[in-house]
Amino acid sequence: MAEATNPPRGDVDEGKRDFIYLLGGAAGVVGVGIVAWPLIDSLNPSADVLALASIEVDVSPIEVGQAITVTWRGKPVFIRHRTVEEISEAEVVPMDVLRDPQTDEERRIKAEYLVMVGVCTHLGCIPSGQKVGEEKGEYGGWFCPCHGSHYDTSGRIRKGPAPTNLVVPPYEFIQDTVVQIG
Amino acid sequence: MNRRLFKSGSGRLLAAAVLSLGLSVPQAAQAAGAIDVPDHDFSFDGIFGTFDRMQLQRGFQVYREVCSVCHGLRLISFRNLGDGPDSGNNSGGLGYTQEQVKAFAAEYTIVDGPNDEGEMFERAGLPFDHYPSPFPNRQAAEFANGGAYPSDLSLMAKARKGGADYIYYLLTGYIDPPAGVDVGALHYNRYFPGTLTVDTGRIDDETGEPILEPVPGGLIAMAQPLWEDSVVYQDGTPATVEQMAEDVSAFLMWTAEPMLEDRKRMGIKVLIFLVVLTALFYAIKRQVWSKLH
Amino acid sequence: MSSTSSNGIGSGVIKWIDYRLPIFTMMNKELNEYPTPRNLTYMWNFGSLAGIALVIMIVTGILLAMQYTAHVDMAFDSVERIMRDVNYGWLIRYIHMNGASFFFIVVYIHIFRGLYYGSYKAPREILWALGVIILLLMMATAFMGYVLPWGQMSFWGATVITNLFSAIPWGIGDAIVAWLWGGFAVDNPTLVRFYALHYLLPFVIAAVAVLHMWALHRFGSNNPLGIDAKGPQDKISFHPYYTTKDLFGFGVFFIFFAAFIFYAPNYMGHPDNYIEANPLVTPPHIVPEWYFLPFYAILRAITFDISIPFTGIVLIDAKLGGVIAMFASIAVLFVLPWLDSSPVRSGRFRPYFKWFFWIFVIDCLVLGYIGAMPAESPYTEIGQVATAWYFLHFLVILPLLSRLERPMPLPASISEPVLGGGGMAAAPARSPEGASGVSTEQSPETMR
Repeated sequence: MAEATNPPRGDVDEGKRDFIYLLGGAAGVVGVGIVAWPLIDSLNPSADVLALASIEVDVSPIEVGQAITVTWRGKPVFIRHRTVEEISEAEVVPMDVLRDPQTDEERRIKAEYLVMVGVCTHLGCIPSGQKVGEEKGEYGGWFCPCHGSHYDTSGRIRKGPAPTNLVVPPYEFIQDTVVQIG
Repeated sequence: MNRRLFKSGSGRLLAAAVLSLGLSVPQAAQAAGAIDVPDHDFSFDGIFGTFDRMQLQRGFQVYREVCSVCHGLRLISFRNLGDGPDSGNNSGGLGYTQEQVKAFAAEYTIVDGPNDEGEMFERAGLPFDHYPSPFPNRQAAEFANGGAYPSDLSLMAKARKGGADYIYYLLTGYIDPPAGVDVGALHYNRYFPGTLTVDTGRIDDETGEPILEPVPGGLIAMAQPLWEDSVVYQDGTPATVEQMAEDVSAFLMWTAEPMLEDRKRMGIKVLIFLVVLTALFYAIKRQVWSKLH
Repeated sequence: MSSTSSNGIGSGVIKWIDYRLPIFTMMNKELNEYPTPRNLTYMWNFGSLAGIALVIMIVTGILLAMQYTAHVDMAFDSVERIMRDVNYGWLIRYIHMNGASFFFIVVYIHIFRGLYYGSYKAPREILWALGVIILLLMMATAFMGYVLPWGQMSFWGATVITNLFSAIPWGIGDAIVAWLWGGFAVDNPTLVRFYALHYLLPFVIAAVAVLHMWALHRFGSNNPLGIDAKGPQDKISFHPYYTTKDLFGFGVFFIFFAAFIFYAPNYMGHPDNYIEANPLVTPPHIVPEWYFLPFYAILRAITFDISIPFTGIVLIDAKLGGVIAMFASIAVLFVLPWLDSSPVRSGRFRPYFKWFFWIFVIDCLVLGYIGAMPAESPYTEIGQVATAWYFLHFLVILPLLSRLERPMPLPASISEPVLGGGGMAAAPARSPEGASGVSTEQSPETMR
């Protein structure tokens, strides 16, 4: 072939030359790394999504014995204003009958308001039992129609395939009757 | 001052240099009748420019008390007012705390819904709500304003040639119309684009038509919005027309480009890095090629 | 291929792969050893720059696509959401926005370089034609991309440009336009299909670019002297000489690019595109993006019907004439290799061509300027003269020049002027790693 010419390596300072190559290469790699970050970070949750990461809910309109469903981070959150009977029912359950032992106290901040993510821990269906007249399951709490999981009035799994209790999201009462979820 | 040195000229010069290599200069895309807007000095001009937070807050006050009667700001959420290093958003806000933002949002009524009964309902504004527009839709806005549409201001500083300078000069450009201009129901503005002419009173010898002479400015539907002391600034700054115009122009630059400071800060670092990198590459290239010659 | 073993590419795994898929051999041959004329100037940097520009556009474009909503009610706001809420969204969008302009700047310089140095001449006609196809694809991609933010210029640019096809007579044009729109005006179906095509075409460009490079490597780069290499002393390996030179070029390019992204991001855009599209209000002056301006000027230059003299029978009305002229202005590039039949490639050795080349450059700049001006006197007249000159240059001047002009004497070889007439003396051949492929540039007879 027309062989490319490569003149002999003269008496250039090889140490200096190698250093400059190394520096150039390193700077190039750093540059690519710096450029990569914004590109990757752009796929992280954006400001408008993060702005909805926490919601405030006024629970005062919920009458005793009723429940509401609010949407938080794309999932339903159940807030039930429990009756005295429901609370005492939940409190007296012995731990050894529970698949996922948790006391009612551990699952609530104020006894009358139970706040839970309304997603069955089995395979992600939404349990029924929120509205008046809906199937509440054998334990008076919630019932998942997909595979028949029964939750009690504290949202704990009592019967059926679900492995754990309904998840309690991070929340706090920022006012007497205002809950901030997330 | 550096600011003056770099003020807008640098970008344009660079652009001209690059484009003269390529094809043509786009800003030649000038409509007939458009006016070259003079430069006004803003704190955010130049490559080191930053917003003046107090000015943005004053500008916001002007917007709220004057402009918002007709003009929307739909791309701005209340939360943007409190953006800053501690809010998780990169771009800077107006310097308000999260509490102030919340209280501020709550002053507005937002229509939300539907609720469980399928009804829309009203509630107090929350930080993630967008700024409510004064009219429900464009038709309503036009109807209420005699057919003229009061534009949404969110992007105004980028949607007009001249940007914030244009807004400033427009707001301060309400002067008496030149003799012979019939303004009708409109208002003369020295910097509003238009194709006004006045009759010079002379007659063209050849055609016999009266000679018309173009005059700068145009007729705008918006009446002069800012008057001395239209607002009372909380920080005690005297509310002259120029002061309010400058403040609200700066504020609208922020609404159009909230990431402006971020962009300029990052730009310095990137350019310094690139210059060093390029110098290194040049040295390497020289080194490699020195073997040839 | 023997070159693999003789060059000792890699070890173990590499060898194993290379035996089955000689990709390393190919890369070594095309990117490392690839013999390149030793005298390329910085004007030859723009090919690789175009490549990097394409990569930048595709990478940022894919990320933007993940945030964008292609619906007329949401497109504008989704772009503003990218600018305001998406992490570094503003940066990615400004890179993409200005990247389009820079892509065109680079490609136009690349094209004018080819025009000056006769890079379109035999045996590089197909290489050139592929380049013109890339230009056409780029224009289509850029045009559709500009529609996506759904601003006023997006909408009205789309309306005006798609309406060009309505110039085709006998109702065919109108049918085509309705087909393009998927409706009776530019609307949601138009936006969505433009989005799909805007995503697709860059990959088609990449594919044609591969063909472009394939054709390039067949005969190797042209060079500022326009003469063929006479032997090994005229060429150097691509790496490290041109890799380092290209890297330096990237650096300079990125400095200019960054200056715009960070300090004049909207300079090359039009303010009206920050106003949401409104089908009921036309902006007072519709101006395409700067890189289309010369073609837009040619489109608008035909303001007269073309008819058979003295009969009044209109053959081509002004509207169709403009469209034909605009497409012809690019089509003429395809036949350029046959219009300019001068055996001398480089403009350096063509005393008159050189002048006409620069007049042509100015002509294109004038066309660009006129494209940005309103369609009124005197701009229309200037545009018509410039358009006439554009075609005159290709169709009359170049064919005549190649017959009438007496070129200056060509240097004997590439290395001669480089080495000050020293010929071979100063260029010992590269270490004898054997013949790694055959350069088709010269037959063995011409080799010394």
